[in-house]
Amino acid sequence: MLITCPYCGPRDLAEFTYQGDANRVRPDPASTDHEAWYDYVYQRANPVGDHKEYWQHSGGCRSHIVVVRNTMTHAVGSVGFAREHEERKSAARHKSGEKA
Amino acid sequence: MSPRRAASGGRIDRARTIRFTFDGQAYTGHAGDTLASALLANGVTLFGRSFKYHRPRGVLTAGIDEPNALVTILAGDVREPNIPATMVEIYDGLSAVSQNRFPSLGFDIGAVNQLGGKLISAGFYYKTFMGPVVGPLKGTRFWMFCEHFIRRAAGLGSAGHAADNARYGKMNAFCDVLVVGAGPAGLSAAKAAAAGGGRVVLADLDAQMGGSTQWSGETIDGKPAAEWAQALADELAATPNVRILPRTTVWGYYDNNTLAALERVADHKLTPARGEPRHRHWIIRAGSVVLATGAFERPLVFRGNDRPGVMLASAAERYANEFGVLPGENIAVFTNNDSAYRAAAALKQAGASVAAIVDIRPDVSVAARELAAQAGAELLLGYAVVGTEGGKGLSNIKVRRFDNAGTLSGEPRIIAADCLAMSGGWSPVVHLASQAGGKPVWDAERQAFLPPSPTQNWIGAGAFAGAADTETAIAEGRKAGEKAAGEKASRAKAVKVFAPALDPNPAPYREVRADGKAFVDFQHDVTAEDVRLARREGFLSVEHLKRYTTLGMATDQGKTSNVPGLAIMAEARGLSIPEVGTTRFRPPFSAVSLGALAGERYGELRPDRLTPMHDWHVEQGARMYAAGLWFRPQIYGHPGETVEQAYVREAKAVREGVGMVDVSTLGKIAVQGPDAAEFLDRVYTNMFSTLAVGKARYGLMLREDGIAYDDGTTWRLGEQEFLMTTTTANAGKVMQQLEYYLDIVWPELRVHLTSVTDQWAGAAIAGPKSRDVLAACVTGTKVDNEALPFMGIVHGEIDGVPVMICRLSFSGEMAYEVYCGAGYGLHVWEALMEAGEPFGIVPYGMEALGTLRIEKGHVTGTEIDGRTTARDLYLDWMLSKKKPFAGSALMDREGLLSPNRLKLAGVVSLDGRALNGGAHVVTGGSLDEPGEDIGHITAVCYSPALGKYIGLAMVRGGKERIGQRAYYCDPVRKRFGPVEIASHHFYDPEGSRMHG
Repeated sequence: MLITCPYCGPRDLAEFTYQGDANRVRPDPASTDHEAWYDYVYQRANPVGDHKEYWQHSGGCRSHIVVVRNTMTHAVGSVGFAREHEERKSAARHKSGEKA
Repeated sequence: MSPRRAASGGRIDRARTIRFTFDGQAYTGHAGDTLASALLANGVTLFGRSFKYHRPRGVLTAGIDEPNALVTILAGDVREPNIPATMVEIYDGLSAVSQNRFPSLGFDIGAVNQLGGKLISAGFYYKTFMGPVVGPLKGTRFWMFCEHFIRRAAGLGSAGHAADNARYGKMNAFCDVLVVGAGPAGLSAAKAAAAGGGRVVLADLDAQMGGSTQWSGETIDGKPAAEWAQALADELAATPNVRILPRTTVWGYYDNNTLAALERVADHKLTPARGEPRHRHWIIRAGSVVLATGAFERPLVFRGNDRPGVMLASAAERYANEFGVLPGENIAVFTNNDSAYRAAAALKQAGASVAAIVDIRPDVSVAARELAAQAGAELLLGYAVVGTEGGKGLSNIKVRRFDNAGTLSGEPRIIAADCLAMSGGWSPVVHLASQAGGKPVWDAERQAFLPPSPTQNWIGAGAFAGAADTETAIAEGRKAGEKAAGEKASRAKAVKVFAPALDPNPAPYREVRADGKAFVDFQHDVTAEDVRLARREGFLSVEHLKRYTTLGMATDQGKTSNVPGLAIMAEARGLSIPEVGTTRFRPPFSAVSLGALAGERYGELRPDRLTPMHDWHVEQGARMYAAGLWFRPQIYGHPGETVEQAYVREAKAVREGVGMVDVSTLGKIAVQGPDAAEFLDRVYTNMFSTLAVGKARYGLMLREDGIAYDDGTTWRLGEQEFLMTTTTANAGKVMQQLEYYLDIVWPELRVHLTSVTDQWAGAAIAGPKSRDVLAACVTGTKVDNEALPFMGIVHGEIDGVPVMICRLSFSGEMAYEVYCGAGYGLHVWEALMEAGEPFGIVPYGMEALGTLRIEKGHVTGTEIDGRTTARDLYLDWMLSKKKPFAGSALMDREGLLSPNRLKLAGVVSLDGRALNGGAHVVTGGSLDEPGEDIGHITAVCYSPALGKYIGLAMVRGGKERIGQRAYYCDPVRKRFGPVEIASHHFYDPEGSRMHG
């Protein structure tokens, strides 16, 4: 399996560490909503097909990246820096929060 | 002259004679022979005994699909079993032995299994030995008794015990186009792909490029096929962007067009050349792949189809044309398709007589009739072979009329023959395409599974893709090569092949049913009747059939047996073959040496991490031990001292004077940036934003689920700069977790992390006289209580080297950690030792360090073990109530607050005997019948301060049990004795010594 690190280029799987499902959302740090924390810490979907997940290029630039991987074929769709992804995600959350 | 060697012909070098032995007997062959062809040339028909019934077996094929003729190759004391004799290139000094026979190949005691043959059907051993206990001779215990004997009697070759001293290599390769198989299609593909200038790799499992051209007898472009192939191979070898890999089996097709191959670099030589590996494991990343892996011929299933002398028609043709060997003098052919007719003509031309061609079809093509006439053979259309006779070789075949429905009629006729060449049609070698993903597709006309549509970037060509003849294969190969290289199709002139116009489609695959054993899987001795038995017992699907009968599970992985097995199951169930199912293939395509997979990476692979003071420790007589990748001093033992005497002496020296320990292995992370303090507030349970510059604080981290994770001190070196220390074991994991937080959870924080574990050397200097030692050698700063209070940090110099000193204590004594650049670690260490000499300084190791911390009740990884919470460890005081932190939301879940949880406590041995870590703490009873289990001991020592054996423990109720009597119980080491549960703060609970 090859993953194209946005910083280093295409690299072998062996250089990366799997860092989990990228769909989950960490509750607000001050939140005491146990259900939300329980979902965040323990609950994982096990989808067939495309799955958005975090990987760290631990044997390279050490960036965390968001990889869309097909769980059936290991085909890697898109790859991007996790930081940019998270910033967009939190901006989107912020915006929708304002509307509500 | 060897008895079966034709007077001329073949692609062997008759001028070169090669001497080798088989089962100790000397033989000769020629350069270019395989072990199989050379033995056949010498008139050897018996190659081995079968797996289960010990039936005599000859050679069935001429290639990697061989199920029968497996041999063990001897090289000194090293023996490599289960090598197909068809794949062994002979060399002077080759020594091979047959397998699965006792005492000898000719006379084998195990052959009595044939007499009781009906008994040993599929599942026999398990049914017989593993049933419920009925009487004395059944049940698992009986099986366990018998298994050893059964396994010895049934099986393949045995591996040796001698170490394999051969070298193995590994290669990573990259190419634009990988061509697998160098037959007519593969050679054409490689040439077309190379024309574009891209990097091309051409791999073939044989020594010679050319595939079927080596023995087809066809004419390509007016030249004998083998010459055409040789010219093309030479041309490719001279093309700079082409790499040719002979003797290389591509055995695995993985994600992202990554393929694995085994190159048998030196198996055809007695000893490898200097520096040459025996095998080389190739990992090839290919832009695109051309699969031109050809097709395997299938055997027919009829009674006695395993008798030595019965072989595939293409194998017989190949022995005659490629090796100049006649597999028999008087040969019969049995077929369901046209291809065997060409073999018949070739065998005749090579000098054999062809007694008869038995074909189950009522009519055949004109070309086939012409070939039959050339062979001078009697043509028996609508007939089938119903049996074979002979001992260690074939003498007669029996034939009867056979119709479309598979019904036999008429009186059997006996035909004398010493070789029967059979053909049940051809199966494309779809293994790699199947591994790449996708299910092979059944083609009813071809009676074969054709490759699936590609799920990765590959293109098929030749017989692999179902090409009917060589001309098509060459044309398709060229197109595939062009496409793989991203070139447009060229208008080059088509290559003309002169070959008989045979019908590529066989009759529907059908077993010839008669009493007696008809083999489907030759290597695992699975018969047609076993397949039907599996159906009767409910094992209907392909996967169940495979596991119940072990069909296709031998070292050949069912290369010859797959379609015949499916056909018999389909007939038994009244279904078509694709309705029964398709086998999907897994890597490896053929056996891979473990040595090649390991390459040069064997033995101890982990790197050693050594501190800058490592050599000093060793010189001072330290006994070093491994702590993860690090090596740390256990004790600095004096002559005649036990480990306990040494650490007690060292720990006592610290309590009474001064000692020094190497702490360079602690994880160290520079946390820098405007938001560094805020970041630490979020990851630690306690506050760091309130920490003054020039001070340090002990910090605790939790996991997101609220369980304790790691601890250590963090030093504030500047407003925006911290130095975090972690435990030695968790350094890497903590770094990764912090990076995760910054990249994913709080990307808005402006913080930068740098691992500086290897940049700083550290020494902890501890004891009432530690300050005196520092005062004696540190310049540029004061070290008194005012300048350097508890948890304070100063910068200074020791013997000209800048150092950073923090006053903190793990031992409970007044203590300091002195850090300097790693390159000066030894220098500063030696300067400290020298300065400490008047004060009686001693270096101390991990045992003493552990003793000091147990006396103080400080926790380490044995207590922060991934199961304990901060409250379990009485670290509640570190849980800030002013802010949320990682783990704060889940740390107070109901279950984690239960009063029944194991909590930290001390234990004191009451019988004066040492405790041991891992022992259980029980309320009473005895070793054999212990009382209630209330916890376990995590760490133990002899405490010089208390004069007792003590330990830390995780005990239900923790402090509530202080003063209670309990017992340590270790059933593994047979130890049991009384303890008193005590506070884990054994020594100086007020901490007056370290603050003084």
